[in-house]
Amino acid sequence: MSYIRKNWVGLLAILVSGIVFLVPFAFIILTAMKNQKESSLRSFSLPSQFHLWDNLVEVIQTRNYMLLTAFVNSAILTVCSVTLLVIFAAMVGFVLQRKPSVWTGPVNFLILAGLIIPPAVVPTIWVLQLLGIFKTLHGLVFIEVAYGLSFCVLLFRAFIATIPRELDEAAIIDGAGPLRLFFEVILPLLKPVVVTVIVVQSVAIFNDFTNPLYYLPGTKNVTLQLTLFNFQSQFNTSYNLLFTNILLITIPPLLVFLFFNRQIVAGMTAGAVKG
Amino acid sequence: MSSKFTRTVLGGLAASLLLSASFVGTAMAADVTLSFLVDNTDASTVKVAQALVDAFVAKNPTIAIEIETRPGGGDGDNIIKTRLATGEMTDVFLYNAGSLFQAINPAQNLSPLTAEPFEANVIDTFKKTVSVGSDVYGVPFATAMGGGIMYNKKIYADLGLSVPKTWDEFMANNEKIKAAGKVAVIQSFADTWTSQLFVLGDFYNVLAAEPDFPAKYTGNQAKYATDKAAIKGFERQEAVFKAGYLNPDFAAAKFDDAIRMLATGEGAHYPMLSFAAGNVVTNYPENQKDVGFFAIPGDDAAKNGLTAWMPSSLYIPKSSEHQAEAKEFLAFVASTAGCDAQTAAVGATGPYLIKDCTLPADVPSVVADLLPYFQKDGGTAPALEFLSPIKGPALEQITVEVGSGIRSAADGAALYDEDVKKQAQQLGLAGW
Amino acid sequence: MNESTNTSAVKRPRRRPVSAYPSWFYLPAAIVFGVLFLFPTFASLFFSLTRWTLFDAEFIGLANFAQFFKEPFLIKGLINTLVYAVVTSGLKVVLGFLLGVLLTSQIIARTYLRSVLFFPVLVSTVGVGITFTVMMHPTTGVINETLALFGIRGPGWLTDPSLALISVALVDVWKGVGLATVIYIAGIVSIPQEYYEASRIDGAGAWDNFWNITLPLAKPATVTVIILSLIGGLRSFDLIWAMTRGGPGFTSDVVASVIYKQYQAGFYGLSTAGNVVLFILVAIIIIPLSGFLNRQGGEQ
Repeated sequence: MSYIRKNWVGLLAILVSGIVFLVPFAFIILTAMKNQKESSLRSFSLPSQFHLWDNLVEVIQTRNYMLLTAFVNSAILTVCSVTLLVIFAAMVGFVLQRKPSVWTGPVNFLILAGLIIPPAVVPTIWVLQLLGIFKTLHGLVFIEVAYGLSFCVLLFRAFIATIPRELDEAAIIDGAGPLRLFFEVILPLLKPVVVTVIVVQSVAIFNDFTNPLYYLPGTKNVTLQLTLFNFQSQFNTSYNLLFTNILLITIPPLLVFLFFNRQIVAGMTAGAVKG
Repeated sequence: MSSKFTRTVLGGLAASLLLSASFVGTAMAADVTLSFLVDNTDASTVKVAQALVDAFVAKNPTIAIEIETRPGGGDGDNIIKTRLATGEMTDVFLYNAGSLFQAINPAQNLSPLTAEPFEANVIDTFKKTVSVGSDVYGVPFATAMGGGIMYNKKIYADLGLSVPKTWDEFMANNEKIKAAGKVAVIQSFADTWTSQLFVLGDFYNVLAAEPDFPAKYTGNQAKYATDKAAIKGFERQEAVFKAGYLNPDFAAAKFDDAIRMLATGEGAHYPMLSFAAGNVVTNYPENQKDVGFFAIPGDDAAKNGLTAWMPSSLYIPKSSEHQAEAKEFLAFVASTAGCDAQTAAVGATGPYLIKDCTLPADVPSVVADLLPYFQKDGGTAPALEFLSPIKGPALEQITVEVGSGIRSAADGAALYDEDVKKQAQQLGLAGW
Repeated sequence: MNESTNTSAVKRPRRRPVSAYPSWFYLPAAIVFGVLFLFPTFASLFFSLTRWTLFDAEFIGLANFAQFFKEPFLIKGLINTLVYAVVTSGLKVVLGFLLGVLLTSQIIARTYLRSVLFFPVLVSTVGVGITFTVMMHPTTGVINETLALFGIRGPGWLTDPSLALISVALVDVWKGVGLATVIYIAGIVSIPQEYYEASRIDGAGAWDNFWNITLPLAKPATVTVIILSLIGGLRSFDLIWAMTRGGPGFTSDVVASVIYKQYQAGFYGLSTAGNVVLFILVAIIIIPLSGFLNRQGGEQ
């Protein structure tokens, strides 16, 4: 009894979190297990027959295994974009925070601009065509980097502020040049925010829907979010297949998250020790 | 754009090389793969496309065709325009005829097909909707449709009702149906495009009252808000809502829900395009005989006819590098063999716009009700979007508002006129 | 720049020929950003002054902007945008902070709670939109059916014109509060334990700690969350589009969806003008706000 009284907040939190956050996912799974007619009734009920395997097979087989191609494309896109983002943004955030100069004001403004201004699709396509990288995965990688820079620089700049300058100075006295200083001293200390950036940006790019739609047209180039479109058609919505698709799309981030979760937690608590 | 020019030149060279090779008659198996962009809004569209492709490839083994899908509706319009603008369109693509066709700058982007022999097979009324001046650009895909009211024959039989020839008769029927505890009029506003039928499907009646409406409308001389005949569509949509004839979940129901309600006898009337017969046949085959179709009635029983929609069309962009092969595919589609392939895939859904194409004797009940309108002289009139290049993009949201009681009919009509103005200006029409 | 309170006496290094913070570090990011973002944006500024069919552009001066402001739903769209941004941002800040405090305290199943809270951030927006649209169906949706069990007649979450926008906002918060919480956790966790120990010696209770230590010292995190969620809210499009497409009718339209609809309709110049308007709107709100917030609290 006293266990409950001592931990009532926690227990309540578990209950509420279960209802608020787990029920929608339960709904996705339940609907993915039904056949088409049952799923169109939209109810939160157990399926009369377990169709999950059939649905999975059908979804994966659609349009010549589009889902598998999409998965590969999405994975490559995410990994490449995030790698470049982390390096480029950290470099900018580092110099921005450490060396106030005449550039600082304009750069801050550009960061805000990058967050605020919605991208202009067609002129961007023309630029990509001029450079010969339209309809290519690497073209889209650069797009994602361009659109993601502002957010990442913002995060990096904020957290670099918490690294004492003395560490820089010590390293410089030891004879480190800018590259060694950056990669060997600063970057390791940025681990918590690097992890956050990787997680958030990976998810954003992995789930990105509109950019691949415009900049990477064509069946060979499809990404995972576009496969959702295959099923959400105007007339014949097969809810069971639609939700199987959502389920499948959710699994990679789930796996990555389960894997990174410990890192995130570790990163946060490392901050506590440091503080 | 120099790259586009280069591509056109290269395309031309490639095409002429291929043509000359075939003339020389060398056994060069030119394995060409065409790409074909189809919208996936309706499962039957993809099925028909696949059937045509399969039948064509069986006859022409040296040509392969890959189908790509795109969404329909506004998102699809967007993709079509963007891909055309950037020269990244597939070799053949499916898109609407009429005003939407006008909006993709056909003279600049598409290959004219006027001189092609297969265009002689296409019925003139269709050709007009895919032409700019005297140049024809498309070939019809699937069948023509009518915009009217699908109804449940069983409810009619049970309540002793007959097909209404005037709007008042229609409303009287509704009253009786409501009294009997059934839904009188089904609406599915979650799919906003379905809300437009009362306005758009009424056009036969507008044209009967004012034959010169399209010309005046295009010239900014007639407006929905002030034209007595035209505003009726909006008023009727409002009236049906106000009388409480709608299904309780009208705001969240989707197209599929509506078809279910209609086929299973939960509701009596559903204003819809006749292609929906395909859905009834596919999803509720046992109820197929219970669903019929009639045109939206006007005020005059003598002038009762159907507003007809032209089917979508296949086009070839100028940027395609396989012009000859693409034209061969279109030639197949515009032939009786093409029609038969389509009928075999999804059954009969309406009349074809290719000469000499026939329908089987056994057609779904909706189609059987539909055909007499097309067979009678003056039984159909094209919808406004095929007689005027202007169609405002926000109509479906406006009709949802009018049909849900959020906005009055008069306001809705005025709003639509405003919406249409942008489209007219974008097209650079005179008088706006 | 704040001076560190570190007591080790280190002389400032002498000027070296190669700075430890070279300006060329800006270069890779600058190239990508400039070519693929700035340049097209400027190009679109030009096109916003034209009637653009993508194939040719006819210069019409400010006519697009006049048209945009005459757009019947613009005022409603503007109001909706502000409402949406303030509601989502406000909820994310308040809930995120409270959850951050909760999840940095000694609570059972803390790891589970953090995970389950953060997970929606990872799921595809379109997927979330579809799922909740189905769950919010007025008669057969899970939410209203559950309410019916308690005898409550659930409203038309997405079909009631006055409720649609707020419903989407709530889903947005559902999806995004995890990220706000994580940012707060990072901020709270970096507050030096000495403060808490000192206050405990002074005899302060939990509430005092919360009010006098945690809240003020989490300010950088608060500022970050406010700014990011407000910008996101003002520009929000994907979720609204996935759930209501601006409907029913036009009642949940925000500026971003109005712009998108014009783009869809092929009014490219007009849509681009709308983009410019949106940019100015966001700038007018965010820049002064960000200045104010940063001046107030300052960085640590």
